[in-house]
Amino acid sequence: MSSPFIEVRSLHKHFGSVKAVNDVNFSVDKGEVLGFLGPNGAGKSTTMKVITGFLPPTMGTAFVCGHDIRIDPIAAKRRFGYLPEGAPLYGDMTPEGFLDFIGRTRKMTRPARRAAIRNVVERMGLGEVLHRRIETLSKGFRRRVGLAQAILHDPDVLILDEPTDGLDPNQKHDVRELIRSMGDSKAIIISTHILEEVDAVCDRAVIIDHGRVVSDGTPLQLHARSPEFNSVALRVTEQDATRLVEVLGALPEVAKVERRNASNGLVSLLVLPRNGQFIADMVGTTVRQNNIFVTDMHAETGKLDDVFRAVTIHSSAT
Amino acid sequence: MRVMLTIARREFVGYFITPLAYVFLVVFLVAAAVATFYFGRFLEDRQADLIPFFQFHPFLLLVLMPAVGMRLWTEERRSGSIELLMTLPVTTWQAVLGKFLAAWAFAGICLILTFPIVWTVNWLGSPDNGVIAAGYVGSFLMAGALIALTSCISALTKSQVIAFVISVVAGFILMVSGLALVLDLFTGWAPEYLVDLVASFSFYTHFNELTSGIIAGSSIVFFVSLIGLLLLINRQIIELKKAG
Repeated sequence: MSSPFIEVRSLHKHFGSVKAVNDVNFSVDKGEVLGFLGPNGAGKSTTMKVITGFLPPTMGTAFVCGHDIRIDPIAAKRRFGYLPEGAPLYGDMTPEGFLDFIGRTRKMTRPARRAAIRNVVERMGLGEVLHRRIETLSKGFRRRVGLAQAILHDPDVLILDEPTDGLDPNQKHDVRELIRSMGDSKAIIISTHILEEVDAVCDRAVIIDHGRVVSDGTPLQLHARSPEFNSVALRVTEQDATRLVEVLGALPEVAKVERRNASNGLVSLLVLPRNGQFIADMVGTTVRQNNIFVTDMHAETGKLDDVFRAVTIHSSAT
Repeated sequence: MRVMLTIARREFVGYFITPLAYVFLVVFLVAAAVATFYFGRFLEDRQADLIPFFQFHPFLLLVLMPAVGMRLWTEERRSGSIELLMTLPVTTWQAVLGKFLAAWAFAGICLILTFPIVWTVNWLGSPDNGVIAAGYVGSFLMAGALIALTSCISALTKSQVIAFVISVVAGFILMVSGLALVLDLFTGWAPEYLVDLVASFSFYTHFNELTSGIIAGSSIVFFVSLIGLLLLINRQIIELKKAG
């Protein structure tokens, strides 16, 4: 049986009396992209710093490809690529010199380095800035140099701390494409507080708050925790609205029907299901049977923002 | 070993990316020359030796070596690149040693570029070149000790200025601890072994021993083991204070 590429076991990291990471457990398998979510200061970066061996854990440990980061940090470090928060680089070097330096520290032979650099430069679109000093580059390019550095040795494990932070929408798209394209062959952790990223690239999402894991599941499971999951939104006339609220409200599968804002004589209704069950077809049938004219009807998937708020606010109250 | 040299190489090349290194070299060479010819009265003495040249080295190095070493760790901490470096498959020891060697090699280049004075004194007379070689060894070892000290201190702060100032002060204390000025503070009340201990830490005493031409084994051992000790402390500081 093969062990997961990344395994975090009852990890604790305390700074004085502050428990920045408090008993975090999870694992990431090959072919999995894990989204690591949480409010600012929840312990995302600290967890990543511990997994990558930058900070020693207070208790517990992390394994990268079976290597305990506490016992054999060098072997573990060979197996992952890491983009630290803010993508710190050596500003006085050129991307070419910098990538060569990274390749050397990773003990790649000269031909291997050349090939790897050519590959990542093409992949990250760094050709035009290869010989400019890194500190003169734009934020987008610097982030791409940071990513290039992380994937240079084609690692099995990628740990990226806010890889799209501060990028423009096109650059974000490119980075997500890149992560997705590598998702099949590697185990990847990305931290983010942008929830749309979870739907865009992640196979699984772990939400942490106050150093604890408060949710761990697929994006779909996460959506399902939203009260609006599988609810149906309708736009109907004022007269029909009153009738629909009555008829739909009587159905056993419907928890309640909410009236939302009205404009131009049209009212928006939100039909919330009981226990998150699928009710779109039933609502459709009901509407047709009652001969009601609907200008818009769609099923809601549930907003991740709401779920995120619900799980993180709840945990801070306790 | 290869990884350490990779780090040393990056650091060393870094000195020459900005004009700072060249400015520094010029300052060092001019200051050395001014000290030798003006204060040291090199020509007026009509002596075929380099005592006027070497006697000012301790204080020249005291100011200039912290300038060479001050950015070693401060820059890593300020820019956050320390997180990148320490998550590469590199041990802390390799990083500490690599950086130190880069700065020490730079100091070595400064010293090598003073060769015209050796050539001059050989042209003017027939000096004891063994003594001159010993002087260079002493100077180079003291430069190493000062750089190791600075590297240690640079690991404690994000500010190059603070690293520089504290290193100069700490270096000065080590430098003068063998002089009567300091020892007088201890003699009289402190036991003799303590006075001897304080005196034995003096850069100046050990440097003079070396420049007087005796390749004093004990002085070489002193400098080498001091460098080793400081680098070990440096490594501990990095291990403990990586994130701060």
